[in-house]
Amino acid sequence: MASAEGQQHPLGIYFKIWGLLFILSAMSYMVDILEFQGYLRWSLIIIFMMLKAGLIVAVFMHMVWERLAIVYAILVPPLALLVLMALMAFEGDYTNFTRFLYFVNGSGG
Amino acid sequence: MTEANVTHGAGPGDRPDGLQGVVADFASDQRAFKNVHWGKAMMWIFLLSDTFIFSTFLVSYMTVRMSTVVEWPIPSDVFALHMFGADIPLILIAIMTFILITSSGTMALAVNFGYRQNRKVTTLLLIITALLGASFVGMQVFEWSKLIHEGVRPWGNPFGAPQFGATFFMITGFHGLHVSVGVLFLFIVARKVWRGDYDVGRRGFFTSRKGTYDIVESMGLYWHFVDLVWVFIFAFFYLW
Repeated sequence: MASAEGQQHPLGIYFKIWGLLFILSAMSYMVDILEFQGYLRWSLIIIFMMLKAGLIVAVFMHMVWERLAIVYAILVPPLALLVLMALMAFEGDYTNFTRFLYFVNGSGG
Repeated sequence: MTEANVTHGAGPGDRPDGLQGVVADFASDQRAFKNVHWGKAMMWIFLLSDTFIFSTFLVSYMTVRMSTVVEWPIPSDVFALHMFGADIPLILIAIMTFILITSSGTMALAVNFGYRQNRKVTTLLLIITALLGASFVGMQVFEWSKLIHEGVRPWGNPFGAPQFGATFFMITGFHGLHVSVGVLFLFIVARKVWRGDYDVGRRGFFTSRKGTYDIVESMGLYWHFVDLVWVFIFAFFYLW
């Protein structure tokens, strides 16, 4: 049963992904060392993060070799989190606005 | 456990691929996930639920960081270590990141050698993975005690916004708990591999079902997930 259902691949691909993950981690660390700021910093962080996450899920967790049924069952539901993120971003922004209005500027009671 | 009613063929091409395959698999009136051991499918669904837990932590961190009117502490300075006569930013976090990636690599190899039924190498790789995980937790303990010593508390800290401590201890603490539990189970699985439990299908604890090398792959999924979560924590908490 193990051989019928298990994932078996050549070792080389693991070493390649391993190396890529090292390089990507070093690059995201460099973002901090080189003190990039603003949108350049944020976009680089996101890009390296997504690449690393993608490599781990795709190869180390064998998602590229699975049938689409389980790939969709696992990877589609987290998209709902984008909605939560958007809602909370509005919420955080509004809270920040009211705090400035009432606490920092001191115009409120 | 009889698998007689599962009509997935041995070779590829027996079932349709692509979107048609998704519909066919889910509509097959059998188990939906072909070629996936039930234990692995359950591990994936557990990890999906864990994704939501960690995501709500990270989203709440985003919310408090956006809404505070006090300056957020600069992680680059807070997590700097004084080494070789200079403050090196984030050095401990960088080392922890590389250690976790290395352990993910050894885990992937362990799964591979497990399916080859190479017990010696699998056990060795599992133990290396566990030791790397344990050293990660050790460094986290060092980091926590350093920050606590500097006065960081869940309700306040000397560097800036008081929410910093709450989110830091909650997020890294929950991740550290996952790593610790993972280390424990890595040792358990390593012992079972070493004893040859998965070769003879010896019944395990908890479910008392016969163990196969699929368990090593499920263990691998969990461990890679812990690494995956760290990727997001590293990006959003330490680098942002």
